[in-house]
Parts: sequence; C-alpha cells; structure tokens
Amino acid sequence: MTISATQHIPDATEPPPHHRALTESVRKFGISVEDYMLPARHPIQMVSPEGVLVPADEQGAQPGHEYPIPDEAELLAAYEQLVIGRRVNDQNSALVRQGRIAVYPSSHGQEACQVAAALALADGDWMFPTYRDSVAIMARGVDPMQVMTSFRGTWHSGYDPHEHHVGIQSTPLTTQLLHGVGVAHAAKLRGEDTVVLAMCGDGATSEGDFHEALNFAAVFGLPVIFFVQNNRYAISVPLAQQSAAPSLAHKAVGYGMAGERVDGNDLVALLSVLRRAVTLAREGSGPLLVEAHTYRMQAHTNADDATRYRQDSEVAEWQEKDPLNRMRTYLTGQGVLRDEDADRIDEHAEAVAAVLREGLNTEVDVDPQELFRHVFSSPTPHLDRQSAMLAEEISREAAR
Amino acid sequence: MSRTLTTSSATTSATDGDVSSATARAAEQAASTQEVQSLTLAKALNTAMVDAMSADDTVIVFGEDVGMLGGVFRITDGLMRRFGSTRCFDTPLAESGIIGMAVGMAMNGMRPVVEMQFDAFAYPAFEQIASHVAKMHNRTRGAVTLPMVIRIPYAGGIGGVEHHCDSSEAYYAHTAGLKVYTPATVADGYRMLREAIDSDDPVIFMEPKKLYWSKDAVDLEGLRQEHTERVAAGSSTEGRAGVARSGTDATLIAYGPSVPTALAAAAVAAEEGRSLEVIDVRSIVPFDDETVAASVRRTGRAVVIAEAHGFASVASEIVARIQESCFHQLAAPVRRVTGFDIPYPAPKLEHYYLPGVDRILDAVDDLQWEDQS
Repeated sequence: MTISATQHIPDATEPPPHHRALTESVRKFGISVEDYMLPARHPIQMVSPEGVLVPADEQGAQPGHEYPIPDEAELLAAYEQLVIGRRVNDQNSALVRQGRIAVYPSSHGQEACQVAAALALADGDWMFPTYRDSVAIMARGVDPMQVMTSFRGTWHSGYDPHEHHVGIQSTPLTTQLLHGVGVAHAAKLRGEDTVVLAMCGDGATSEGDFHEALNFAAVFGLPVIFFVQNNRYAISVPLAQQSAAPSLAHKAVGYGMAGERVDGNDLVALLSVLRRAVTLAREGSGPLLVEAHTYRMQAHTNADDATRYRQDSEVAEWQEKDPLNRMRTYLTGQGVLRDEDADRIDEHAEAVAAVLREGLNTEVDVDPQELFRHVFSSPTPHLDRQSAMLAEEISREAAR
Repeated sequence: MSRTLTTSSATTSATDGDVSSATARAAEQAASTQEVQSLTLAKALNTAMVDAMSADDTVIVFGEDVGMLGGVFRITDGLMRRFGSTRCFDTPLAESGIIGMAVGMAMNGMRPVVEMQFDAFAYPAFEQIASHVAKMHNRTRGAVTLPMVIRIPYAGGIGGVEHHCDSSEAYYAHTAGLKVYTPATVADGYRMLREAIDSDDPVIFMEPKKLYWSKDAVDLEGLRQEHTERVAAGSSTEGRAGVARSGTDATLIAYGPSVPTALAAAAVAAEEGRSLEVIDVRSIVPFDDETVAASVRRTGRAVVIAEAHGFASVASEIVARIQESCFHQLAAPVRRVTGFDIPYPAPKLEHYYLPGVDRILDAVDDLQWEDQS
C-alpha cells in the first residue's frame, strides 16, 4: 500500500485544496457556496403520502438542489428491499415478544431510510450504522442471522466489518461517525474514491462526537455523508428538547458543508438525494449532511412504553405517511409493480422472515473460552490464567 | 506475541527478564566501540517514530500541534517536514475526534500514532478509548484489529499548571483490551515505542514528561539492530519488567517517572548498608508477575512506588498481586509510596505530593526489620 507522498507543507494563508474542489463542484449548479450549503427551504418530497408523483416545481427543490427520479428497475429493487425490511422488523419484534431474542430496536416506519442508505452506496464504500439500522445492514448484503447475533445475546456483533464494509452497530451515540471519518481519511490518503455513509438519529446530534466528526470531515475535506434519521424522539425526549436549530440539516452550514433535508418516508426522494450526495462526495466536494424526516412508529425497544410520552393521534398521523404503502401505491400506479412482482417480493420477504424464525428459534452453543480469545491479538499470561480458572470451574460443574 | 526475549547479541541476558541491565551492558559494550551517544528521552521517542515511519508508510502521526510546531514537547519535531503533511499533520483541537478518527484509520489499513497533548486533556477521548479502542477487537470476534498508539505525556514534576500533571495510567490499565506501556529510560523510550507501533493491539503509551530531557548514553544503532532482530524472531519485550538495579534486602517496584526516584533511594540506602533491588515495570499491561514475584520472594520485602493517587491504583494492583503470589515469603506487609489522594497540587506545592527519596526510605525502614533473623 502506498500513500501519495505529498511533501506539501500547509501554508497557513492558503485555503486547503478541497475548498477549491468544493467551490468548483458548486459552480456547476450556478449558485453561491452559501446557497449550496443551506438546505432547501422544505424537505425534498417526490412522492406524496398518497403515492402520487409530486409536480417538479412542488418537490421542494431550489436552484442547485434538483434531483432526478431513479429509473424503474432501481425503484422496483428498492421496493423489494423495503418489503423485506418491514417483514424483518415485524418478525424480529414478534420474536422479542416470544422471548426468543432479548431486544430489538425496530426501524418500523423508517425502512425507506434504511433501504436508501444501503442502496446509495457502491460495494467499495463503507456504512457506519447504529443499533436501529439492522435493516440497512441486511440491505447492504450482510447475512441477517449474523446481524441478529448481538440482539440474541451470543456476542456483541456477528459480522466481519471488512466483508461488506459495514462498521459494527454502535450504541454509544455518534461515536461511530468518527470511525467513518477515519475510514474515509485513510482511503483519501491512499487516493481511493471510497465514500462513507455514517448514520445517527436526531437525539444523537446533541452529542459532542457529532460535532467533532462533522468538523473533522469538513476540515480534512473527506467524502462522508452524515445521514441523520430524524425520527422525532430520542427514547422519550422530543426533538424540540434536543435542538433549537431551524432544522438539523442547517447544522451543516456551521461546519462548511452542505445540508439537505428530505422526506424520510419517501423512498424515491431518499434515493435521489442520497445518490446525489454520494456522487458529490466521490467527486471531491467534501462531506454532506442529509437529514431525513421520519418517525419511529414503535417504542424505542420492547423495554420502552411510548404511551407515556406521545399521543396515539400523533402515531396515527404518521401511519398515513407510511413509506411502504406510499411506494406500493406509487409503483403500482406507474405500472412498475405488477401483481406477479408483488407476489414474488412478498415470497422473498417471507423467506427471509423464515430464516430469522428458524435461526433464532434454534439454541446456539456459546464457547466460554471465547471470552478470552479476542481481548488482544495474542494471549497474555494473565488472561491465560483466568481462562484456565474458568475451564476448571466448568469441568468441576460438569463432574457434579 | 512471545513472552520470550530473543537472545540478540545486544540483549543477551543471564538474568531472565532483566531488560534494563541488559541494555546497560549493551551500552557499555557499545561505548567501547565508540557507538554510544548521549540522547534525551525526547530524541529517542522522536527517532523511534522516524524509524517506524521510514520502515512502514502506513504509520502516520497526528494530533494537536504535532505538525509545524513538532508538538508542545517537540517529540514529533521534524516529522511533517520529513514525511510530508499526509503522514504527519495537525488536527482540529478535539481529543475524541483524534482518537475516533484514528480508530477508523486503523480499521482501514493505517497504523496511527496519535498524541494527546497532556494527560488530563485526554479525558474528552475517554469514551472512544474505553468503548471502542479497547473493545473493537473483542466486539468483532477478532475480525478487526486496531494497531494504534496513543501517546500521552503524563505525571508531574515539571511545575506544570493544573490539568497538566495527572497520572492517568490507572484509567487505562483498568480498561480491558488496552496495553499500557511506560518507559523510564532513554533506551526503553526507543525500544518500547517501536514495539508499541509494531503491536497489532492498541497501546496507551504513557511518557513521563519530567524525563523527556533526561539524557543517557545509548547505542542507537544497537537498538535498531535489536529491534530488527526481534521483529524477525516475532518477539518483543512487551510484558517484561526490567531489573534496574540488583539488590538483596528489599524490592522497590516502580514505573515511569518513579524509576529514577527509586534508583536514587536505592543509592542512598546502599550508603546506609541496605541493598535494595529496583524493578522497572515497563509494561503495566500486560504485567510481568514473574519478574516481580521472583524478586520479592528472594528479598522478602517490597515497596511499590508511583506518583498516582494510591487509592484504587496500579500500585494497589501490584501490591495485591504480590500478596497473592508471595505471601509466605514476605517478612513484612507490602508498602506503597504514592501520591496523596488529593487533586494534583499547584506547582509550589507539588514537591509535598510527589513520592521522594525520603518517603521511600521511610517506607523501607518500616518493613519490620526487627523481625529479620
């Protein structure tokens, strides 16, 4: 591996090269850098909650913020992932109720965000997800049973991050954004065109690492898309108690990056906005922040009681904006989704659910000696002694 | 990583684990062939980074003020000029950002060596260190390794203002998954930093800042040769304590900034007719129980010396381990000489806080010598 041997010593009076790249990429939109950075006045919406294409001049786009509609094959493939995602969420929630898995933070209602995040990236790109992004990880191609490892409680994670370029699901909020920044930075130093999509929620934007990650990405001009799923609640605390900003997307401007906001239940708009962001980042214009307006239809986890902090009427209101119904209506209306496609897709989703049901209903052996195996890359005498002690305890127990 | 020291010509040691005296002998040998040179710890650390960066272009150095300035202690002096701004660069002033970004870079093929400007300024990065740096290998079942070094100038004795003198090693030593090294000699500064950079595990590299400008005669070429041979043999000195001074009556166990103090105490005790052995812990994690226990079993008495607060400290851990493994050979309870359990004092008061020769000798005097048969 070689790093381009830049002997360049930064000149404090010169703007860094990526600032020039940003200016150049903005120039093609015919707008100012400030207009490019500021989010459009309203979240981009291309398909209405009723499943009807929104007229181009009402999509919320402004000069420099215009988005093409993805082609039909792509939309059909995305719809398939959407159906699977919903089925995965509901299957896993059922398995929690049946006591088969300990916990599952469902992204029910946010599946359009999940699917678009995965489909916007190329194979060589990286995704850095949170605990609620299981569907996105599966849509990226990670084996569903491997994804469920942490929720069934047999290990903290079950997939190799290098295999599909997906970071480990992070529970300490926004800490993983910085890992995404680092992956992008390493790639940039080697001259690779890797784009990183780093995910977090609305509440997480209050964390210090959110600020540090966005600032580092912007200062180093790194190709990172910060994808914020604003689902309105951080467990019980509503967005108004997290931020007084005009929108979360507006935070981007303060770091010197572009902010976008999009209807998070409109898969067509999400795909379009995220693909444009990925393209811009890959071309060297630096990081972008994309805020998706969505809603967490279920409680935070099975341990939470959402009736304590929000009204049923609010949930019912968002039910009307459901991403799956919207996409089905739209694609059926367009003649893209035919009955036979719908049947095939439902069968596929059912098959994935069956894999989860069977897999999670099967007891797996855990190996207590594995507790000591991955603490360091090679064993230490100290841990060898503790491992021997546990082995001895277990063999005594077995002899009883 | 093997626990066996390779037997290179420079480090062949009759006493197993006697790393420091082996170095001293190597230095003596070198002196006779005019290869020895007077070097500061700062320069040894700097040279270790230069050599590591020359040998492997995935080694990159970043942090606050490490570029043009060369670090507030000048440990990264000249690295940016020599290797360019892609290999050594300044970051925004945010420690969590530095560590978090290093995690991602280490995941993606780099070996970052990052600098925390001062001990107490590393605290904003603690979540990244405790929740990710320490655990990533374990969480991913070994799929991800994080070969990264976090260099932290630590401890007092330089008249620093508040938040510039903390002994923070216990926080890291207590966190499973981190290796914690702390050199006390110029030769170990070079040797251990090279090994930390070579390690596939994350290493917290605690640099005793009051020793940065201490000089020693070292054979740099000999150290380079030793490193090359160890790498070829797949071994290192990690997890090996050194016997900094041999003795028979009691064992002083110290690390980092306290090693010279312990040696000074042993020198005074020798004048008074008491022979004290001084063990330099070198690597707090993994800890060398063998060398420490062998010494204490032989002398029957032990004092553990550290600048950090004594309560729930590395010193406490060492005492506990000695009690567990040497109880029947002990002639007296193991004593600790540590900093008081108070926030680190202002410059004019720090000499009251720091473990000094007298306090160490008082503790030695207290080791129930009247019971000696």
